[in-house]
Amino acid sequence: MTNPQPQHRLAILGAGVMGTAIATLAVGRGLPVTLVDTDPAAADRAGESVRQQLRLAQLMGKLPRGGTPGELTTGTSAADLADVTAVVEAVTERAELKAKVLAEVSAAVAPGTLLVTNTSAIPVDELADATARPADLLGIHFMNPPYLIRTVEVIRGPRTGEAALAAATELLTALEMTAVVVGDGPGFVINRILQRMINEAARIVEDGLATPAQVDELFRGCLGHQTGPLATADLIGLDNVVDSLRVLHERTGDDGYEPCAALTAKVAAGEHGRKTGQGFFEHGGTTR
Amino acid sequence: MSTSTVTATAVHENLLEFLSKRAKSPWDPEQDLFASGSFSSLFALELVMHLESAFGIAIEAEDLRLEHFRTVGAMTELVLRIRGRGGE
Repeated sequence: MTNPQPQHRLAILGAGVMGTAIATLAVGRGLPVTLVDTDPAAADRAGESVRQQLRLAQLMGKLPRGGTPGELTTGTSAADLADVTAVVEAVTERAELKAKVLAEVSAAVAPGTLLVTNTSAIPVDELADATARPADLLGIHFMNPPYLIRTVEVIRGPRTGEAALAAATELLTALEMTAVVVGDGPGFVINRILQRMINEAARIVEDGLATPAQVDELFRGCLGHQTGPLATADLIGLDNVVDSLRVLHERTGDDGYEPCAALTAKVAAGEHGRKTGQGFFEHGGTTR
Repeated sequence: MSTSTVTATAVHENLLEFLSKRAKSPWDPEQDLFASGSFSSLFALELVMHLESAFGIAIEAEDLRLEHFRTVGAMTELVLRIRGRGGE
């Protein structure tokens, strides 16, 4: 696929791990992207981060080496969103922050513009309350990194409109992604299961029953998982894992989701996984 | 090391040191990095950046292929080829 997609124009809010990775996917497929982060340092780093991630995707043969990437614009304010066809919100996994950002952006774009939240676990319908037009909002749960993992979980909230679902399908087709559309609820499908599994795996390590390497080896060797739960947690970012577990715990009342001490201690110590070089495993450097 | 000539031995030695440090054990130059289990394929990007800064080269999109980074030999060949092309 070498032709750019002039009909799509994406705005991405939040230039963290997911925001820059989604931007990489989109520009790699020829879509123009505006990437916004209110933190000037994050906005500054974003261009270089996308450039390096584009190279990683090309190295892995997952994005075209030829062709012209889409234009990437970075900035600290989402002022000019009049001509975007879709907005993807990828800010920190805190309900009040996501609600605030979605409220602002929904007031700034034309009615009918697709609004996407990349939340890991917050119900779409809860976030829809903050928007001017709940019908325009749906969830797309991109995996990390989305340019290497081609399947996404699409969450249709009870108030998500047909038009939004159609627009999302068209966008994901342009991005050459495969969508699985599921219903709304805390954690949707993946994180309702995965976050609990990570929490339990961490608790097993905390209880001294197994080392992180042993836990992961069992999942790879016995169950055929490509990556074990704790290496997955390191890849997601342990800070995000704890945030997601809290979202799930608060909304389900199920104590199985209460982040265990091994996780919260690592986050407090600044060991956030791959992105900081240390988590349950040591990571020899970062890609950012 | 970005000026004058770079020999195959110099690239070879540099990579062995870099990989041994990362793998935390002496690295066998014949070994396939990504089949060894010592490195995930995501590590390839770090190798790209390491080679670029250590040898003052720019690895272009056409060379961003995993097979160029599988072994010390393949990487040495790549560095010498790019330096030869860009040089005098």
